[in-house]
Amino acid sequence: MADNNSIISIRDVVKRFGSTVVAVNNVTLDIRRGEFFALLGPSGCGKTTLLRMLAGFESPSEGQVLIDGDDMDGVEPNKRPVNMVFQSYAVFPHMTVHQNVAYGLKVTGTPRAEIDDKVDEALSLVQLETMARRKPDQLSGGQRQRVALARALVKKPKVLLLDEPLSALDAKLREQMQIELVHLQKSVGITFVIVTHDQNEALSMADRIAVMEQGDVLQVAPPSELYEYPNCRFVADFIGKMNLFDGRVTGVRDGKVVIHVEAIADQVAELALPHDEKASGEVGIAVRPEKIRLSVEEPGDQPLRLKVKVTELVYYGNESHVFLETTSGARFAANLKNESRDTHSGIVSGEEVWVSWRPEDTLVLTA
Amino acid sequence: MSRDRANPLDYSRKTWMRLSMGFTFVFLYFPIVSLVAFSFNDSKRNITWQGFTLRYYEKAFDNAQLHEAFLNSLIIAGISTTVSTILGAMLGLALYRFRFPAQGPYEGMVHLPIVIPEICMAVAMVAFFATVNMPLGLTTITVSHIAFSIPFVAVVLRARMAGFDHALEEASYDLGATQWQTFWNITFPYMKPGVLAGALLAFTLSLDDFVITFFTSGPGSTTFPIKIYSMVRFSVTPEVNAASTVLIVITLALTMVALIIQSRSQGNPHG
Repeated sequence: MADNNSIISIRDVVKRFGSTVVAVNNVTLDIRRGEFFALLGPSGCGKTTLLRMLAGFESPSEGQVLIDGDDMDGVEPNKRPVNMVFQSYAVFPHMTVHQNVAYGLKVTGTPRAEIDDKVDEALSLVQLETMARRKPDQLSGGQRQRVALARALVKKPKVLLLDEPLSALDAKLREQMQIELVHLQKSVGITFVIVTHDQNEALSMADRIAVMEQGDVLQVAPPSELYEYPNCRFVADFIGKMNLFDGRVTGVRDGKVVIHVEAIADQVAELALPHDEKASGEVGIAVRPEKIRLSVEEPGDQPLRLKVKVTELVYYGNESHVFLETTSGARFAANLKNESRDTHSGIVSGEEVWVSWRPEDTLVLTA
Repeated sequence: MSRDRANPLDYSRKTWMRLSMGFTFVFLYFPIVSLVAFSFNDSKRNITWQGFTLRYYEKAFDNAQLHEAFLNSLIIAGISTTVSTILGAMLGLALYRFRFPAQGPYEGMVHLPIVIPEICMAVAMVAFFATVNMPLGLTTITVSHIAFSIPFVAVVLRARMAGFDHALEEASYDLGATQWQTFWNITFPYMKPGVLAGALLAFTLSLDDFVITFFTSGPGSTTFPIKIYSMVRFSVTPEVNAASTVLIVITLALTMVALIIQSRSQGNPHG
C-alpha cells in the first residue's frame, strides 16, 4: 500500500488520552523520502503527539505507523530508525560535547575506533569541531542545539524528528538556524520532520507542510500553495493574515460563481469569481492584506472597489499596515510596501480612500 | 553630599537585625562550644574550669564499654544507611516517576514517619518486634533505623529529581540505549548528589538516635548515645564531654564531605 517514495506512512492513526481526550484524530499522512516536512499548528493541536508516535514515545490507539515500509507497532524507541532533537535539546549535562555525540554509538556497541571518526565527522557537520572537549554549560543555546543535532545525525537515522527546535533561540539566531537547517538537510539527504507552531519557520524551511488543528490534519501542501490556496477558513486564517467575509453563492454566470457578501453589499452587490468547484450555499470569501490596493482616486477599472475610511495606520519602516472600515462596518486590513520615501502620501488616518483587489486574488472557501 | 545610607531592603545593615542574628548565633552555639571546651577541663566534677588536659580523651579511648558502644553504633549506622539509601532512593525515584492510583495518600503515608513523634514510632516498633517474636538486640535496632531513615532519603531524592529533565532519559532511549543503560548512564549520575546527601542524612540520624534505639535495644546492644546517657546518669565528667566531642567531629566531617561533593557536582547547571 505504501508506495516506495514515502519513508513514513501514517495510516488512520488515532491517539486518545484517557477516554475523553482525542489528541490525534484519524490522521493519514505520507512523508516522502528526503523531504523537509513540517507539522504546523497551534499549541494543543496534536502535532507533538504525532511526532512522539513516530519516535515511539507514544503508541497509537488505532491505526498504523510505517517507517520505510516496516510496521512500527510494538517497536521501542531505541529500536527505531529515527532520532529526535528535543525542544529542550536534552544535551547530557555531565558529558562533554564529544561524549554526548558518541553516546548513541557507544550504547549500541559501535567499535571504539569507528566512534571517534564518526563523532568528528558529525561535529564538523554542525561546525563544532573546536568545542569537542567542552561541557554543555560552557556552550550557548545555539551551540547546545548543534550538539543535539550532531548527536542525532551521527546515528544516520532514516528520519530526523525535530520538536520545536528553534523556539528557545532569539530571533536573529533563529533566522540563521533556519537557513542552516535547510542546508544541513539538503547536504545529509535525511528526511527531516519538524514540529512547529511558527508559520514563518514552516513556510521558510519546509518542502511540504501539514496544518493541524484539534487532532485533524486540515491541509498538506507546499508552502506557496498553502499560502495562496488554503482549503479552509482555519488554514486561511492561521497562515498569514487574511480578510475573511461570509458569503452566499447565488448562482453561476459565464463560468464564474456569483456570490453575495452581506458585509459589503451596500457597495458591491455581487462578486463574480473564477472558481472551479461547484461551490454552493454558504462560503467564505478571503483576500490577503498585501493583495489589496489603496488609492485616493476611485480606481474605475477595478470591478471590486470600495470606499473606506482609514481607522488606523501602523508604520513598520519597510511596510505599513492599514486598517480600514466601510460606512456599513465591514473591516479590511491592507499591507503597503513603502517602496519609496513619499509613497502613499494620501493615506492618512481618518481620511477616506478606495480599496480594490483583483477577482483572481480572491479565495472562495467552501469549508 | 550624599550619605551612604542603608537601602530599604538592606536588612543586614540594620542594627536590630545584626543584634538578633548575633543572639541567635550565641544561643545556638554556646552550649556546643562549652561542651567542647569543658572536654579539656582538668576536673572530675566538671563544674568550674580547672586547667587544660587531654586526659579525658585518653580515658574515653581506653574505655572498653565506650569502644564497644561506638562500634555497635557504627555497625548499625553502616547497615541501616546502606539499606535505607537503596530503598529510599528507589522509593523517591518511583514517587517522582510514576503516576499511580492513590499516589497522594501513599506519598503522605510514606512521609508520616518524619512527622509522627519518635516515641510513638519507638513504641510501635517494640510492639511489632514483640508480635513477631524477635528478640531485641542489634538486629531490631538496625531494622528500626532502616524504617525511620527511608522517608528522609526518599524526600531528599524526590526534591533532587524535581529539577530533572525527563527528556534526557527519552533522548538516551531514542539514541539506542536500553532502559538499564539509560538509568546508569543518565539518570543515576543526576541522582548521585541526592543519594549521597540522603545517605549522609541517614547515617547521622542513625548515629545519634536515642529514643527509638533505647526502646529497641536489648542486652549487649548498647549504642554510643545510650552509653553516654548511662554515663551521664552517674556523673557529668569531662569523659562524657570528650566522647560527645568526638561524635560532633565525626558528624561535622561527614557533613563537610557531603557539602564538598555537592558543590563539585554543581559545576554544571543541572547539578
